[in-house]
Amino acid sequence: MTDMASLMEDRAAAKVISDNLHKPVDWDSPKIARNIKKRYAAERRFKMYGLSAIALALLALFVLAGSIGSKGYTAFFQTYVQLEVTFDAAEIDPDGTGDPAVIGKANFDGLIKQALRDRFPDVTSRQAKRDLYAIVSGGASYDLRERVMENPGLIGQTRKVWLISGDDFDMLNKGYISADVDEGSRRLNDEEIAWYDSLKSDGAVEKQFHTRFFTNGDSREPELAGIWGAAVGSLYTLMVTLALSFPIGVFAAVYLEEFAPKNRFTTIVEVNINNLAAVPSIVFGLLGLEVYLNVMHLPRSAPVVGGLTLALMTLPTIIIASRAAIKAVPPSIRQAALGLGASPVQTVTHHVLPLAMPGILTGTIIGMAQALGETAPLLMIGMVAFIVDIPGGALDPATVLPVQIYLWADSPERAFVEKTSAAIMVLLAFLVLMNGFAVYLRKKFERKW
Amino acid sequence: MSLSFLLLAVAALCALSFYFGRQRAIALSGGRYSNLHSLPAHYGMYVALWCGLPALLLVVVWYVFQGSIIEAMIVSDLPAEITSNTGQLSLALNSISLIAEGNGQHLSVSPEIIDAGRRLANLQTIANAALVVVMLAVATTGIALSYRKIDPDMRARNNVERISRWIMITCSAIAILSTVGIVFSLMFEAIHFFSKVSPLEFLFGLEWSPQTAIRADQVASDGAFGAIPLFVGTLLITLIAMAVAVPVGLFSAIYMGEYASSKFRAVAKPALEILAGVPTVVYGFFAALTVAPFLRDNGAILGLDVSSESALAAGLVMGVMIIPFVSSLSDDVMSQVPQSLRDGSYGLGATKSETIRHVIFPAALPGIVGAVLLAVSRAIGETMIVVMAAGLAANMTVNPLQAVTTVTVQIVTLLVGDQEFDSAKTLSAFALGLVLFLVTLGLNVFALKVVQKYREKYD
Repeated sequence: MTDMASLMEDRAAAKVISDNLHKPVDWDSPKIARNIKKRYAAERRFKMYGLSAIALALLALFVLAGSIGSKGYTAFFQTYVQLEVTFDAAEIDPDGTGDPAVIGKANFDGLIKQALRDRFPDVTSRQAKRDLYAIVSGGASYDLRERVMENPGLIGQTRKVWLISGDDFDMLNKGYISADVDEGSRRLNDEEIAWYDSLKSDGAVEKQFHTRFFTNGDSREPELAGIWGAAVGSLYTLMVTLALSFPIGVFAAVYLEEFAPKNRFTTIVEVNINNLAAVPSIVFGLLGLEVYLNVMHLPRSAPVVGGLTLALMTLPTIIIASRAAIKAVPPSIRQAALGLGASPVQTVTHHVLPLAMPGILTGTIIGMAQALGETAPLLMIGMVAFIVDIPGGALDPATVLPVQIYLWADSPERAFVEKTSAAIMVLLAFLVLMNGFAVYLRKKFERKW
Repeated sequence: MSLSFLLLAVAALCALSFYFGRQRAIALSGGRYSNLHSLPAHYGMYVALWCGLPALLLVVVWYVFQGSIIEAMIVSDLPAEITSNTGQLSLALNSISLIAEGNGQHLSVSPEIIDAGRRLANLQTIANAALVVVMLAVATTGIALSYRKIDPDMRARNNVERISRWIMITCSAIAILSTVGIVFSLMFEAIHFFSKVSPLEFLFGLEWSPQTAIRADQVASDGAFGAIPLFVGTLLITLIAMAVAVPVGLFSAIYMGEYASSKFRAVAKPALEILAGVPTVVYGFFAALTVAPFLRDNGAILGLDVSSESALAAGLVMGVMIIPFVSSLSDDVMSQVPQSLRDGSYGLGATKSETIRHVIFPAALPGIVGAVLLAVSRAIGETMIVVMAAGLAANMTVNPLQAVTTVTVQIVTLLVGDQEFDSAKTLSAFALGLVLFLVTLGLNVFALKVVQKYREKYD
């Protein structure tokens, strides 16, 4: 019964269709016009979705760049305070020896504190004095010492000296601490803001270019912290990475493209390279921790270990890029070389590799740029330590730029926010340079065969 | 003597031996190179390889074993009451190495430790000196042996090429070696972990608080190692990231591939790629300091209680990071759909969007699924964004406004700082790493299979 019923239904449907087929379509009917209008509207909507997706992605990029730029540009300048410092001979060099060893040991911190007390003589309580001393950074005394060591003639004189300010004072001067906020909920009390206003009205507060940011190592004091230590650490790490991953990657790529027979070994290697490219970076960190630190007992936090770990990570990138570059060299060149009597190895080293080199270098630079921005695996092998000294070699404890950013981002001081953003700008500048160079290489040596 | 100096010395020796090998071949040829089997440079290379390779191999092997051998020697001399307790032993070894570096003045330790520190410094000096001597001996032996073999009839080129072939094979094998290394190092510590905590409890337990007591008599000495909250948190953040990355990435790929003029493409495509080149730590900072406060403040206006380490902030930013990944992969896939399919659709009167929705997209679907799976695997393994923007507490929740934690966050928090390789707390990081590795590997293998199948369909 049901079969019969469905057959009848089908027949009816078929009749409707054939009736419609025989009837010519009235293209001018309002129904068709409505339909076309609807379809075109859908077309426009669809296109808009695509455009707005791109706009959204670019907006995210702009917000990212804008938020980092607007937070960070102030870090390239640092507030300095002008104080009248008395280079008291009784304090610095009581016996008048002129011996640098004696001068170096003098209490320059005391001189600065004295200068501050002289400037604001009505400050008496202990707490207020402590607040007052915080106007000037703890690092200012070293500057002062250097100044006197260079020019011992200063001893006994009174000079107006620009001194680097403390971080809270700096934040106030840069407008990050507002005097309008309730006293209890800001870092500086009313008295301190009054000191600032007094100094400011004397013209004794100014912002100077912050060279320390580029020349210092890390520090607990935001105003003294710099990125040079991390930059040097990054340099050593990348040198180790490059020294390992470039030759190994190129050799492997040449073998797989030019010499490898189609066998099991080759297939396993190829599958492995593709999988390694997709292993999360943190897993490489675990590998580094276990193999380099626990088994081989290499020094913790050292750029050597970081470089070894990152080399394994960048290896797939370099191999894949090098293979593509080698594959792009036309076979006719190999045939010509072989025809002239070159051995296969000579063909590769004399002809294929030089022609593929721009592509290989482009891939290597991109791999190095990835390695420069990598953080997670380095956290695993202890490159997160707080290290003040500039590393002197690949075996010294060090940190790298992205890890420095991570460390500063975790610091509670307000002033570290701008330092972090500024460090990010420096890191991005390096990355832009490297990628720009890669693009330039590609453009310059790109060859259509 | 530092490592770099050592390597420089090897390089200099190689250069020298190359020169002398070449000179000897020239001298033996009697002025006519055709008397030689190979070019003089091949003879030079032959000697240089025999000088450099064994020496380099020696340095590598030496550095692999030096640390553990010296440590074993130091430990064997320590009194039994220190070596019997692993915690005390690692503490003692720490101070010993500090003393050996000359930084141990402030330590108040027993005289045995100070002696051991001196001994360690001594041993290290001896080891370094011995390395130099042995290496020089190996290098010169290599030079002498190969130099004597130089003969006009010697097949120097074939020899050099055979050696270089083996070097290349070794380099290719490093890819296998590092996979094996990953698997073994994860397995080794994970098995340790599973001898303390049962795998069932780890995989299906609902509570995660990896605190183990430092002293045995402390309260709450057993941590809970149920990883389900971590998996849920990871999935939640991945889901949010995909909710951003898949539509945005897919639509931008469609627009780039089908609608955009070549001029627009030339500008917009690299601009999108920039998003992929930004280091993840930058995204993490952005998520923690810009997006999270923004969400919290706006949530407060709407009357929502948004945690300052919400899953939403981390997920959104991670989604932005993955957009170019999805868009370039799906662009790739969609451009491989044959032109004939499009032409057929246009011929039947379909508009562009209809062609894309009803013809290109279904045809490219397997490839797009593969692309999305690769993106998921990347999101699961992403570390820095979640470390900086997601929480630490293991909440079992699917509410994106609350703080959750992920597998990668836990690995980082467990391993940054002091590590004791005998406590379940440290070892659990390796178990988590193993799970992470297996899941991402599985996803990748599956996704690559899907994409490959799809490619074959249209090739």
